[in-house]
Amino acid sequence: MTGNITLTDHSSSHISIRGKSVWLFVVPASALVCLFALPLFALLWRAVEAGLMGQMLEPTALSALRLSLLTSTLATLAAALTGTPLAFALARWPFRGRAWLELLIDLPVVLPPAVAGLALLMAFGRRGVFGGALSAAGISLPFTTAAVVVAQAFVAAPLYVRAARIGFASVDPQLEEAAYAEGANQWQLFRYVMLPVTGRAILGGLVLCWTRALGEFGATILFAGNLEGRTQTMPLAIYLGLERDLGVALALSALLLAISIILLTILRRLENSAVLS
Amino acid sequence: MKKFWVLTFALLFFFLTACAAPTSVPPTPASQTLTVFAAASLTGAFAELGKGFEVAHPGVNVAFNFGGSQSLRTQLEQGAVADVFASANEEEIQAAVASGLINGEDVQIFATNRLIVILPQDNPARVERLEDLARPGLKLVLAAEEVPVGKYSRDMLDKLENQFGVRFKASVLANVVSSEDNVKQVVVKVQLGEADAGIVYTSDAVAAPELKTISIPAEYNVTAAYPIAVLAASPHSALAKAFVEYVLSAEGQGMMGKWGFGK
Repeated sequence: MTGNITLTDHSSSHISIRGKSVWLFVVPASALVCLFALPLFALLWRAVEAGLMGQMLEPTALSALRLSLLTSTLATLAAALTGTPLAFALARWPFRGRAWLELLIDLPVVLPPAVAGLALLMAFGRRGVFGGALSAAGISLPFTTAAVVVAQAFVAAPLYVRAARIGFASVDPQLEEAAYAEGANQWQLFRYVMLPVTGRAILGGLVLCWTRALGEFGATILFAGNLEGRTQTMPLAIYLGLERDLGVALALSALLLAISIILLTILRRLENSAVLS
Repeated sequence: MKKFWVLTFALLFFFLTACAAPTSVPPTPASQTLTVFAAASLTGAFAELGKGFEVAHPGVNVAFNFGGSQSLRTQLEQGAVADVFASANEEEIQAAVASGLINGEDVQIFATNRLIVILPQDNPARVERLEDLARPGLKLVLAAEEVPVGKYSRDMLDKLENQFGVRFKASVLANVVSSEDNVKQVVVKVQLGEADAGIVYTSDAVAAPELKTISIPAEYNVTAAYPIAVLAASPHSALAKAFVEYVLSAEGQGMMGKWGFGK
């Protein structure tokens, strides 16, 4: 934690900027900033021109928004329930194969979403490797809202596990020793020591996971298909909206952009206060 | 650590050589490249037509850009350079005429396509007749209404109500589990066995011979007409005209027929 404090001190210190060589930094940096900012600005501009609010109240847009909020929240909850113990084990328990497990968890983050969707189909599709067992249990995943949640959790939960693992790993070992000296078991250590100390890292990870789940497209369209009200989330509605009504696509894009900005702002707040605490 | 670097360099070397391989063959100096923008459903047929045209015109290389007709038209409007545009519906080519990309008198219909029902090989839902599409619980995949084939599918269901009663379309649409964004995705969902049935073009069924099909009687079927035209700004307009003529020739039409298209 002390390392972080020096880092923030550096970035906020007032070194005066002068000399002509400044342009060597400003010009290329501005080019990149323009690349990020101009398309987003243009998107918002056109969305406002197209009558943002009216389009947002279209039934297609509303049902996509409702479904997106529901599924991404469920995916994030699932990530919290299963990812927290996993992150705790990865951070605190030395065991064989931990490096391989970490690799496995990082894989969904770097895989193209289409590969993720195809892999999910190959595993849990009706003809998938485990499809027979699932249908014997009366479960049919593809084309259901549950499939959307599964696809989102597959691509987004690793972000949470990674953040929570780093959080758990950064806890001072002395705290842990003190807890054990007081006779705490693993659960008590987790509940009364780890959770309060790493609360912000966990929250930050959850926000990141939620943002990613909200934006999931490739795995969803392959594994869950596209049906209004059941599997058509906002990114899918935006993509298909392009073929019918640009206005709805623009309005939904602007809305998704706004939600992302809010979530990222919360994330920034959490990170900053974590550093200062 | 040393092993890691050896592995990294080996991989890097592999990728670089793999990338470099195609460019090591120098192109014939006198070669011309004809660029054809064509609807995704034409993929198989036009690939074969292109080869035939290259044989008939030595030194000519035909390059295709296959995609949804609407996105191809958008690309052309945004300044993409091409010689020929073949669309899966007349709306897109009329829009291209309206925006001055094509001269209206150059547009010709070169093929037609109809609709067909496709089923997985083992037909898990035991679909035998068109009426079965309305059976509750069936998993049906259609193209989205925004895509030409999705619109045609829904028009066909309207016509079928004359045969099967006024509730038919609603019952069939209640079975739709996914509205895919292009026709090839419908084929894939049926090929994978995730869907019990799908509605596609006959040419798509020809391209996927392992699937079972149920044909739709002509009086209820919908005919999709495919127009083709040389682009007004074509850099090789004489060659482009020759390509369109080749598509319309007996040889070209024979190939189209083989891929399930009509005329």
